[in-house]
Amino acid sequence: MVAFHTSTLTQLAAGLRQRKFSSVELTGACLARIEAHQGALNAFISVTREQALKEAASADRALAAGTGGALTGVPIAHKDLFCTQGVRTSCGSRMLDNFISPYDATVVARLRQAGAVMVGKTNMDEFAMGSSNETSYYGPVRNPWDPSLVPGGSSGGSAAAVAARLVAGATATDTGGSIRQPAALCGVTGMKPTYGRVSRYGMVAFASSLDQAGTLTASAADAALMLREMAGFDANDSTSVDRQVPDYVAALGEPLGGLKIGLLREFFEKGLDADNERRVREALRVYEGLGAKLTEVSLPHLPLSVPVYYVVAPAECSSNLSRFDGVRFGHRCENPRDLNDLYRRSRGEGFGAEVKRRIMTGTYVLSAGYYDAYYLKAQRVRSLINADFNRAFQSVDVLIGPTTPTPAFALGAKTSDPITMYLNDIYTIGANLAGLPAISVPCGFVRDLPVGLQIVGPHFSEARVLSVAHAFQQVTDWHSRIPGSYA
Amino acid sequence: MSGWQTVIGLEIHAQLATRSKIFSGSATAYGAPPNAQANLVDLGYPGVLPVLNGEAVRMAVKLGLAINARVATHSVFARKNYFYPDLPKGYQISQYELPIVANGAIDIVLEDGQSKRIGVTRAHLEEDAGKSLHEGLPGVSGIDLNRAGTPLVEIVSEPDMRSAKEAVVYMKKVHTLVRYLEICDGNMQEGSFRCDANVSVRKAGTHKFGTRAEIKNLNSFRFVERAINYEVARQIELIESGGQVVQETRLYDPDKGETRPMRSKEEANDYRYFPDPDLLPVELDAAFIDSVRRTLPELPDQKAARFASQYGLTPYDAGVLTASRELAAYYEEVVKAAPQDPKLAANWVMGELAAALNKDNLEIGSGRLPAARLAQLITRIFDQTISGKIAKEVFESMWSEGASADQVIESKGLRQITDSGAIERAIDEVMTKNPAQLADYRSGKDKLFGFFVGQVMKATGGKANPAQLNELLKKKLSG
Repeated sequence: MVAFHTSTLTQLAAGLRQRKFSSVELTGACLARIEAHQGALNAFISVTREQALKEAASADRALAAGTGGALTGVPIAHKDLFCTQGVRTSCGSRMLDNFISPYDATVVARLRQAGAVMVGKTNMDEFAMGSSNETSYYGPVRNPWDPSLVPGGSSGGSAAAVAARLVAGATATDTGGSIRQPAALCGVTGMKPTYGRVSRYGMVAFASSLDQAGTLTASAADAALMLREMAGFDANDSTSVDRQVPDYVAALGEPLGGLKIGLLREFFEKGLDADNERRVREALRVYEGLGAKLTEVSLPHLPLSVPVYYVVAPAECSSNLSRFDGVRFGHRCENPRDLNDLYRRSRGEGFGAEVKRRIMTGTYVLSAGYYDAYYLKAQRVRSLINADFNRAFQSVDVLIGPTTPTPAFALGAKTSDPITMYLNDIYTIGANLAGLPAISVPCGFVRDLPVGLQIVGPHFSEARVLSVAHAFQQVTDWHSRIPGSYA
Repeated sequence: MSGWQTVIGLEIHAQLATRSKIFSGSATAYGAPPNAQANLVDLGYPGVLPVLNGEAVRMAVKLGLAINARVATHSVFARKNYFYPDLPKGYQISQYELPIVANGAIDIVLEDGQSKRIGVTRAHLEEDAGKSLHEGLPGVSGIDLNRAGTPLVEIVSEPDMRSAKEAVVYMKKVHTLVRYLEICDGNMQEGSFRCDANVSVRKAGTHKFGTRAEIKNLNSFRFVERAINYEVARQIELIESGGQVVQETRLYDPDKGETRPMRSKEEANDYRYFPDPDLLPVELDAAFIDSVRRTLPELPDQKAARFASQYGLTPYDAGVLTASRELAAYYEEVVKAAPQDPKLAANWVMGELAAALNKDNLEIGSGRLPAARLAQLITRIFDQTISGKIAKEVFESMWSEGASADQVIESKGLRQITDSGAIERAIDEVMTKNPAQLADYRSGKDKLFGFFVGQVMKATGGKANPAQLNELLKKKLSG
């Protein structure tokens, strides 16, 4: 069988179309690899072996008939907060441990439509709340580069699965950096599109105004291939935007010449690990070598993004998670005495500590007498941050900087101090608050651990962001590095 | 109760007559088996999202235009957060700070004929909740989410009403209006039209409002009146005996005829409203609002004014006849076919017909008595084929037998006697039979004239033309 783990998603899709190998073979190999490493990585919550092999067989028939789509037969994994019909959708929570979704999320349906084969559902921080994958009810995911370290979060399972090449691509979601931060920490490519570019229908909501679905893949080219299928207006999501989806794959070759790159001054200030900074600056020199022009820009309100985020996101989550009440689905406590007991114990038992912390924070900032001081003020500052970005994009094409302040940290290192944990998202949150597309690509190593480079573009500039990332990956090979144990 | 003034504001919930729910494609028809009309969105499943029903927006705009309100070009849906089993998402999607309709007014005509303007603070769109079921479910509570997500427009008045009667008149006017606009079926038994009443009292002559109580979920005009009257008496008694009114929600118990507190203060909810991030603000442009304006029917007030001037009716009669579109259309059809006396037509529609409908618990649109038939009856009065009195008898047969006026008149031989010879013969007979009364009359007992009229009518089976009879009788009696 093919050494599929050294192939990119793009190569696998092409190989299948050329009938070099079958989807059943490929999917079988993929499942075997997932199962072999599940114990060490814990990247999956559910592996859907039987269904996957059935889908693969049907993909093979389509390929034989020449009726396949762009991803026909390619095994992929979904973060476990995308609803998948007939398959548990747990969101990494005890609350939904028993939840079998009766429907497919739009993202899932579209990738299925494109022919992709789902091999399983990846582990994640509970309800996507976390930056280390340590809040999962199913236990933490390990970083393939060093099992004593976290993979980042909340899409830690998807990132680790791609980093260890258990799958060539996985879906993920990003509310404050949940795609890009684990991408950086695991040395893979993580793409978060513009808010509204990809439907949120069927994606269990954490913070509705920030959540956006995206991809974790080995390369920007693979991200382009997946995103092309996922993106587009969905009548079921009022916040999805009715705007044509460009051919991201075709746009990858766009020349970089004259690209104006903005260096965010605020990203290089205090808190950034010196070695991380060195890798990022080296990457910038690569871009200069490709003909790009660097200018420093300042977004004065950006340093406020963490406090703004930790008001807005918990506020929305406190309301979004109210539906988990033990009545219609999900965890229900044993023998409730009365209605309040049903609510208290079902929620008390079903949710973990971080989720409770955010529900309480959110409830507080929305409560009478505090709304203006917290939620309303946060929304005002959010507008200022948005305006800062818009201003910056009048003079530069993209903003480039680090994805995270440091490489991956040890399991347990930050669990006792939520604030330190929250600061891990300091560079990524801005793009969520402003709804901008952003990608993290590997740009080197620090102490044998991958470092991520973040590229942020104006609204709906996915094609540009992907092509800028792709250009870098054409002249570097950081994205092709595979952790030793998985090579 | 003297020395006190009552202050009332109403929050009317009108269910919009859309085919599907406000944020999902489920049907809104009443009476389906529990949860047969609740899809994943209505059930608040993980991952589902609301999509606004444009028809509900159009209907709210229609209402706004009809009450001369400001229709917002930018309105926002918010989440009202609280836990309850019939509220699947743990929040209700409603409009809070930026409603779609604001600053309107509705004119009402009080019993004494005085008209009064009631301010409408706002009208906003929201989704209804489901309901809990207890009957036939021993030991457990059931939840029916068919109603969850049904579109409502909540019409909030200013505290402009000063009596339960005024409140009822206002509520009836709103009821008339929403049915004219065809945005609500107005069915109160099914809960399509209901209200919460905010009631307070204050010493006459003072300006500061008293503490109010909110009486929830009143679903009949009668209950509104009774509940408010009870509540006013309760508050006055409470204050006069040294107590204080507590701001609270109360429920009216129609069996006991009293209101009582619904939730205790400890459980007072902080709804934590905030804009719903799943829904975009509703942006309406002038062209859309104008297009809705063009669909407005002739409104009740306009119609009443036209009836008054065109048909020479009193404002009161015009108001009654325009209380529903169907009634007004029926009346106009009658007048069109029997144009000689619109006032007479009005009396028939508001009198005999209304009473008959009421007796048989029928609606004007039931078709029991087509307008053309009533018009024929009225024509027969006008052309003196029958008298007004006989007409009532004819009407009864028409109503019970479904026959036309002419059929009844012919088959029962009710045609009026206008032949003066025949009438004179009848008079002569009566005079001969009643010599004592005749003598008394002639000696000055004028009051006996009525006696003779009655006797002659009796003799002619009520068919004598009354005017002719009067004239001939006077002549004959005076000798």
